[in-house]
Amino acid sequence: MSEARSIPAWRSRMHPSWIAFLIHRLSGLALALFIPVHFWALGRIVESEAALDAVLAWSAHPLVKLAETGLVIALALHLAGGIRLLGVEFALWRGRPGAAFAGMIGFALAAGLLFLLNAVSG
Amino acid sequence: MAEAMLDVRVWRGAGDGAFRTYAVPRRANQTVLDVVSWIQRHLDPTLSYRFACRVGMCGSCAMSVNGVPRWTCRTHIAKVAAEGALTVAPLRNLPVIKDLAVDMAPFFAKWARARGQFDPRSGLGSEFARVPPASPERAAADAGIECIGCAVCYSACDVVAWMPEYLGPAALNRAWTLINDTRDGGRKPRLAAVAGDAGCHACHGQEGCRKHCPKSLDPSGAIAGLKRMSALAALKGEI
Repeated sequence: MSEARSIPAWRSRMHPSWIAFLIHRLSGLALALFIPVHFWALGRIVESEAALDAVLAWSAHPLVKLAETGLVIALALHLAGGIRLLGVEFALWRGRPGAAFAGMIGFALAAGLLFLLNAVSG
Repeated sequence: MAEAMLDVRVWRGAGDGAFRTYAVPRRANQTVLDVVSWIQRHLDPTLSYRFACRVGMCGSCAMSVNGVPRWTCRTHIAKVAAEGALTVAPLRNLPVIKDLAVDMAPFFAKWARARGQFDPRSGLGSEFARVPPASPERAAADAGIECIGCAVCYSACDVVAWMPEYLGPAALNRAWTLINDTRDGGRKPRLAAVAGDAGCHACHGQEGCRKHCPKSLDPSGAIAGLKRMSALAALKGEI
């Protein structure tokens, strides 16, 4: 006997907690991929004053600022996803999962917007 | 006026089977189990499926309905097939015997592995044990005790799909109700049984069990309770 093949299960995953789990995973992956770039940039900065200026000039580019905003959102999503999990694990809050999910998304978007406004005004 | 019909795709065969489509007349207050029964009685008597009570007590009629695990006796067509199309398949994560009937043996074997049997502690005496209804232990046991063993949560759980030896939400929920039963004496061995690699700590908090449980139980809350209790027991050197 074996399990039935070709029975799609994606519909059973369309609920706030599962989507929060997925976002937590994907944002974690994005942050993990960013770490080598982060260390490369840090390595460049300490090479020389000229290299530092070059990296600073590069980071002032609007596209880089936009990418950084994405990074801030990923970081905030991962943080909020972790807090959601802690809420489940330590029974801190057992309200509606949709409310936790909405809080997670709202927090991340607010953090991203704040960063973007700061980058644009600065 | 032509009779309203439902296009129903039903899984036929074992694990390597396929869907077959049947036309079933639409009726008022029709449930998914009514549809499956109609097919078996009027179109194809060889269709295999399981049911018993028809009122949401026995837990035997669970199937995958449009990709979502549900108790079919209490799932109205109006809720799941508003557009006239319905797909009925066997539960995910369990071997298919034939058509819509799955082998529940692996599911209940995990209840046994999680030490899901009541283990009376010594010194209970012959009198009825008094369990104060308002005590925290009784409240925690109450929250999970209405499980009907339908395996909807087990079928909804991706951790079971990814890690076949994982005990699953129903067995862990059962262990949690027993751990909170003040008459039970098997707390330590039960905590040890659920704290292994394939036990409560494998849960990722996706909460599919909580979302889909037809009895609105919260197995993910029970699993979190087991995580806290087993971690504490391990720190104290009890398990």
